[in-house]
Amino acid sequence: MVNQKEIRLSGSGGQGLILGGIILAEAAILDGNNAIQSQSYGPEARGGASKAEVIISNEAIDYPKVDKADLLLALTEVAYKKYIKTLKEDGILIVDSSVNIEDKNPSYKVMQIPILDTAFEKMGKGMVANIVALGVIREVTNVVSAESLEKAVLNRVPRGTEELNKKALMEGYLLASNRD
Amino acid sequence: MKNRKVKLMQGNEACVEGALAAGMKFYAGYPITPSTEIAEICSQKLPLVGGKFIQMEDEIAGMAATIGGSLAGLKSMTATSGPGFSLKQENIGYAALAEVPCVIVDVQRAGPSTGLPTAPSQGDIMQAKWGTHGDHPVIALSPTSVKETFDLTVKCFNLSEKYRTPVMLMLDEIVGHMREKIEIPEADEIEIYDRKKPTQDEVDTYKAYRVNEGEIVPAMASFGEGFHFHVTGLMHDEFGFPSNDADTADKLLRRIMNKISDNVDDIVMFEEEFMEDAEMVVLAYGGTYRSARSAVKKARAMGLKVGLFKAITIWPFREKRVIEIAKDQKKILVPELNLGQYVLEVERIVAGKTEVHSLGKVNGEAITPDEILAKIREVL
Repeated sequence: MVNQKEIRLSGSGGQGLILGGIILAEAAILDGNNAIQSQSYGPEARGGASKAEVIISNEAIDYPKVDKADLLLALTEVAYKKYIKTLKEDGILIVDSSVNIEDKNPSYKVMQIPILDTAFEKMGKGMVANIVALGVIREVTNVVSAESLEKAVLNRVPRGTEELNKKALMEGYLLASNRD
Repeated sequence: MKNRKVKLMQGNEACVEGALAAGMKFYAGYPITPSTEIAEICSQKLPLVGGKFIQMEDEIAGMAATIGGSLAGLKSMTATSGPGFSLKQENIGYAALAEVPCVIVDVQRAGPSTGLPTAPSQGDIMQAKWGTHGDHPVIALSPTSVKETFDLTVKCFNLSEKYRTPVMLMLDEIVGHMREKIEIPEADEIEIYDRKKPTQDEVDTYKAYRVNEGEIVPAMASFGEGFHFHVTGLMHDEFGFPSNDADTADKLLRRIMNKISDNVDDIVMFEEEFMEDAEMVVLAYGGTYRSARSAVKKARAMGLKVGLFKAITIWPFREKRVIEIAKDQKKILVPELNLGQYVLEVERIVAGKTEVHSLGKVNGEAITPDEILAKIREVL
């Protein structure tokens, strides 16, 4: 049976979402699945709305773009407003606690999680917000294994930041599981 | 079992890996989105294999230096996008007439002019064939996946070496920037073709543009190896010297055209799926092929008899096969990221034998499977 999950990571440029998408796709490949990562961006390198898309499937993936997402991560209000319409009706919205949710009675599942606060305040390193978010996504969806995700993160992050990033993943797992 | 490397890789990166596997030793270009990664990675990797990378002052010079690198004996490549592809055209014609093997990559973005720099397009398909003036031989391939980008880049080098002609790899932003799983073949699994060179005992008798018995193209000496020859964009004789002679000009141009048209079977690649009972065929290439495949699978699940034709070699076109499809009365739909370019060639070949439909899109977004499916339902 085809089991395909389409994920959209959104926020502002510079939050490391494209790297986050690459890591998620690499973790899926380590699990033995197929994965495609793509992005759309404007000519500017920082600021603005940025998104990365990941499709993970146990079959060959034809169309490489995400149309309606099974899961939307929105780290900023701008990104939430821009992409919420592209979430499936029964999809999952993982949104940073700083974002004001307009829809009072949505058909999709909403999870408000302090991802940026955890990275900036608790860990003191805003740049690991993308890794915290990956931990949350993994714990919520099980779309990649924890073992492969950790391996994929460590393959990509700069030397000397391994422990910091492992801790960021762990914070993500805790944020997601504390909610149940 | 082979111990192949499995990686997540971007299309542009796979292009460089393919070029290196094919033996590329020289890259000259001028970076432009969405092809920039190709220049960037070449600049990192070529020095590691004893090759050279040079960033020129513009795309024209990038193309000129690519020709120079090849004349000096190195397998050479340049990469660009629409605006740069336009600038390279005059020198592409020069390479075609002077029979200089080289590879030109065009990662197509939405045009005309500087258009939408980060958005995909297939708007340069006709330019690949007619961009430079005069009749000239053209080979152009277009990949649909990261793995195919690797394979076809190798193929571009092989074809350019074999037929002594510039070969174009028509990527698009969809495939160039997408990351996907690729299994890199091992070196001994990759077929490599190197240009035929004259032997040292021919130093005194060498004619740079004489085709020896049983050969497709003249043997190519490298500059600096002791062979005297002249290279020009003018019509030329067997020594390479300019000639105004009518017979010489006619013979030369027909020879360089025929080396391609006589070998279409060797050059043209295509794939078909779901064809047996098809009443309609979606003919697609490049990034749009992926949307087409998804749409055809959806159509099949709905019981619609739709087939799929993937044009891998864009130029020359597989005329024989498309005429057969037309004679079978299968309708043909050509979705492409332009307002109907390749469909013109399909219409020309089909010549009214069956219905041909176009689905074009130019807003900078990929054609979705649902858009193709809607068109399929409209046509059937």
